Amino acid sequence: MLKLSKTQWIGLAVFLGAVFVAVPMTIAAFGRTDLFFTLTSVGLLAIASAGVWLTFYIGRINIGQGAFALLGAYVSAILVTKAGMSFWLSLPIAGLFAAFVAVLIGLPILRLRGVYFAMITLVLTQVFTLTALALPITNGAKGITSIPLPGELSLFGITLIPDFATLGNPRVAFYYTTAALMVLTFAAMYRLVNSRLGHLCRSMQQNEELASSIGVNISYIRIIVFAISSFFGGIGGAMFGSIAQSVYPSSFQVADSVNFMLNCFLGGLGYVFGPMLGTLVLYFGWDLLFEFGKYQLLIYSSLLIILMLVLPNGLLSMKIPGLSPKARSGPEVAGKKEEPGQ
Amino acid sequence: MTTLLQVQNITKKFGGLTANNDISFEVKENEILSVIGPNGAGKSTLFKMISSFLPTSSGQVLLNGERISNLKPHIVARKGVVRTFQETTIFKSMTVRESVIVAQHLRAKASLAGYFWGTSAAHRDVEDFGSYADELIAFLGMSAIADEQASNLPQGNLRALGIAIGLATDPKVLLLDEPFAGMNHDETMTMVDLVRKVRDERGVTVLLVEHDMPAVMKISDRIVVLNFGEMIAEGTPREIQNDKKVIEAYLGSADDEIGI
Repeated sequence: MLKLSKTQWIGLAVFLGAVFVAVPMTIAAFGRTDLFFTLTSVGLLAIASAGVWLTFYIGRINIGQGAFALLGAYVSAILVTKAGMSFWLSLPIAGLFAAFVAVLIGLPILRLRGVYFAMITLVLTQVFTLTALALPITNGAKGITSIPLPGELSLFGITLIPDFATLGNPRVAFYYTTAALMVLTFAAMYRLVNSRLGHLCRSMQQNEELASSIGVNISYIRIIVFAISSFFGGIGGAMFGSIAQSVYPSSFQVADSVNFMLNCFLGGLGYVFGPMLGTLVLYFGWDLLFEFGKYQLLIYSSLLIILMLVLPNGLLSMKIPGLSPKARSGPEVAGKKEEPGQ
Repeated sequence: MTTLLQVQNITKKFGGLTANNDISFEVKENEILSVIGPNGAGKSTLFKMISSFLPTSSGQVLLNGERISNLKPHIVARKGVVRTFQETTIFKSMTVRESVIVAQHLRAKASLAGYFWGTSAAHRDVEDFGSYADELIAFLGMSAIADEQASNLPQGNLRALGIAIGLATDPKVLLLDEPFAGMNHDETMTMVDLVRKVRDERGVTVLLVEHDMPAVMKISDRIVVLNFGEMIAEGTPREIQNDKKVIEAYLGSADDEIGI
């Protein structure tokens, strides 16, 4: 089904080996089990960022992913705590619910372009936070706490995933779950971008008028893409709630939405795996600068500005001699520098 | 020849300004019909209404008797009326071949989900898109630049690319937006031949909007002339050349690029 070149297969194998074997073994060897939690966060933020990246792919700047992550977190938390549903069932429901809400919201706002769409989505996060504060079912500012850990998942009597509460260290289990979800997310994204829907998205990103003149129902594609994008946001948020075992209106804020967008920019809008790399670098970059104390934010922002000036197409556009571009896919970002005469 | 496209009593008002007033004409199957007129005559507005990029204020456009005005552009394209744009409207970072492949959207048989899962119907489509793209590109004489990125192409090639993208949708009627604008004599003649070839060999009816008079006289079967939003003449190039109203309109406008 997937046509990958030899280098791509090797890259994939190395990546999977690192995520599922090398990293956990290294962490265990050094006894830094707190890193499991950090990496799980990175994985979940990368999933949500993947959604944002997809809206970029149709030429829309999405600063509202925090809203859908918050929504997903609440949906899952409410289903698990109030309806006693299994977390594993609540997870896809949270994603689908976020997608459904995205369709409702997307219908009016996806007509907007450029800065107008960006502003509306920015407000969206704030609206969802305030809604969570106001509604009785979300329990206001007190949020939903003591969410039980994910239970057992079994199919035909065979245990696929053991009850997290019975495990010695549920963080390791969360790490593997997140890693699997992240791999699935990016595999789906890669496939999507290289399938017809991806080609249509590219045509819309570059020229919506021309796309509609060749018979592309652009409003339909926009809605589909925004729904998929928000699905990823909902999944990421629901997992987060489950790991933290609590959801508050402040769990995802405007700053988080902005970060989701920055992750995409930093990694590269022209590369499917951009948001993954961007999230990793941004998350650890912030932590590594902790030692600078009150100058942390200043140095962090300055570095971001410099990076965007030097590498406007993201980290993945960096040319490393001798290394073939295995993770590359998709176009250069419209309006940015293009490589001459290929 | 049977009538393919009918423009019936089209009027467009922008507030108090009338851009098109009660315009009616017919386009016959397999003909090349040009709409000409001085700047501001309302050609572009009419063009946009025929392709449903603008709604009409009153009147309608029919394709084989079926209304196609006041719909969405993609639906009009689906019915077989496809417009081209001037050269800036392209898929900048796609190659010629990629553009022509993506433009075959309407020829797709598999669903979008089918492409995601890689069904056999999707595989057949992908192969078909590729071979049809190569065929079209060869037909338009663009094989040498098939893998060039669109943003690197010179103006003449961009026009041809626009036509290639339009043709890739298998249209019944191709609407060309000023295909000769800004071209020198040789480029214009090359383009005239290309448009003729499209009509002759692919059986596509062509309606074009243009103000390059010599080119229009050479290429058109019939011509419709607009002036200040009104239709002042309709006929063969010879009839139009000798039409008093047309001569008046052009001489009155003192537009010396018009070579009547």
